[in-house]
Amino acid sequence: MTQRQGNGPRHSLELRVNPIACDAHGLCMELLPELIIADPWGYPVIAPGPVPARLESLARRAVADCPTLALLLTKRP
Amino acid sequence: MTAMPGARAPAPGDLRLIVRDEPLSLAEHARWYGPLPAPGRPADLIAEIERSGLTGRGGAAFPAGRKIRAVAQAAGARSASGAIVVANGSESEPASRKDSVLLSHAPHLVLDGVELCAGAVGASTGYVCVSPQSPGAAQAVTQAVAERDRARPGGLPVQVLATPDGYLSGQETALISALNGGPPLPTFVPPRPSDRGVRRRPTLVLNVETLANVALIARFGGGWFRSAGTPGAPGSALVTVTGAVGRPGVREIPLGTPLGEVLRRSGLSPGSAAVLSGGYFGTWLPLPAALRVPVSEEGMRAAGAALGCGVLAVLPGGGCGLAETARITGFLADESAGQCGPCRNGMPALADALHRIAFGRPGQEVIGWAQQLTGLVAGRGACHLPDGAAGLVRSALTVFAADLRSHAQHGPCPGAARPAILPVPARRPE
Repeated sequence: MTQRQGNGPRHSLELRVNPIACDAHGLCMELLPELIIADPWGYPVIAPGPVPARLESLARRAVADCPTLALLLTKRP
Repeated sequence: MTAMPGARAPAPGDLRLIVRDEPLSLAEHARWYGPLPAPGRPADLIAEIERSGLTGRGGAAFPAGRKIRAVAQAAGARSASGAIVVANGSESEPASRKDSVLLSHAPHLVLDGVELCAGAVGASTGYVCVSPQSPGAAQAVTQAVAERDRARPGGLPVQVLATPDGYLSGQETALISALNGGPPLPTFVPPRPSDRGVRRRPTLVLNVETLANVALIARFGGGWFRSAGTPGAPGSALVTVTGAVGRPGVREIPLGTPLGEVLRRSGLSPGSAAVLSGGYFGTWLPLPAALRVPVSEEGMRAAGAALGCGVLAVLPGGGCGLAETARITGFLADESAGQCGPCRNGMPALADALHRIAFGRPGQEVIGWAQQLTGLVAGRGACHLPDGAAGLVRSALTVFAADLRSHAQHGPCPGAARPAILPVPARRPE
């Protein structure tokens, strides 16, 4: 079933980093400072929880623009 | 040698896994436990394991039935190539001995488990991965495999391999990487081993003690399994008791046995200060306060700790828990694969902070930095090494709070100069 149900939460996507692939280029933090900040060494720390609907397109862009393809947008379990 | 009781289910209170000092031959094993039951429907065995409540004994305590079911489903969805079963006896945890002791004493119980799981998930190949520190275990399993081949030619092919050296080599994805000819280092999940593991096939990796319990559940049932332990932590477990005890070693206990009883049976020295539960990934618990804590994942969790791989290491009175923790943190920093930025940067910083806390006169800024670092590394690696180190350090800063104040005021305590209770292996050459 692909149709959305009533008033249930429409968005259940979350951001995840593949820490092996990540080289701390920092593009994701530039694009999405609302959800991603840098640790003391420049590696991304992602806010826990679902990606708010209003930030979804920016999140998709951050995923697409990551030079090492280390950022993932996945369905929350 | 004790008389063979004949094939019967071990009664409550009987040892289940390691029943005597020498290894059981295939014939002795069959007399003791009864023959391996004829393969029934794979779904029946999986359901029985789920009913038993068996959890993984390698450290993560994941429900074994659910893990087996996931591999069976992934293998069923891909008809062409079979699945793979890997018995993990790597035991990279330096303080643990239980997997090697089990393999040395009851290799056929583990191999029964491999065979049964291969039937349940549709596997055509099995591997037994043994600690490189335990040639005795490797020899016992190799002999047992040969014995089975002679008794029943054409059975499941099982290869015995020594896991590469290194603290992370026994981690599930690292082991799969090594079996695939790659470096023995953790990989990012997904793909899950249950979907794509050894030779890209659905792969079931279970700890050797978990597999030995599968062999018993297949014979005597999930209800029998639950006749030891507690409803929330059924069965028995092998624990390695080490440190300030008169009789260190591996023993089998019903899960939920109070910590005090386990330690007293091992010859707990009076006045002992603390116990490290779960090994170098573990958590400190204060003594005597923790003596009533039930030894099980459930009981330890309620006390803010974990049983993990079953190591219980006792710190003697007058020992310095901060110094032990600093050495272990240094070891974990050295053993970090260096693949993930937060671990590569954070672990050496954490080890340095702990060294200053244990062997210097730490100001509040070092203590605060150590606490902050635990938050910066935890949950941010591809594997759980940084999480384990963070938990270890947090528990040390809590349990040894009085020592921490004393170190801050007067410098390191005399205990910090004493020999280590928890030895860290020598640093490997680069």
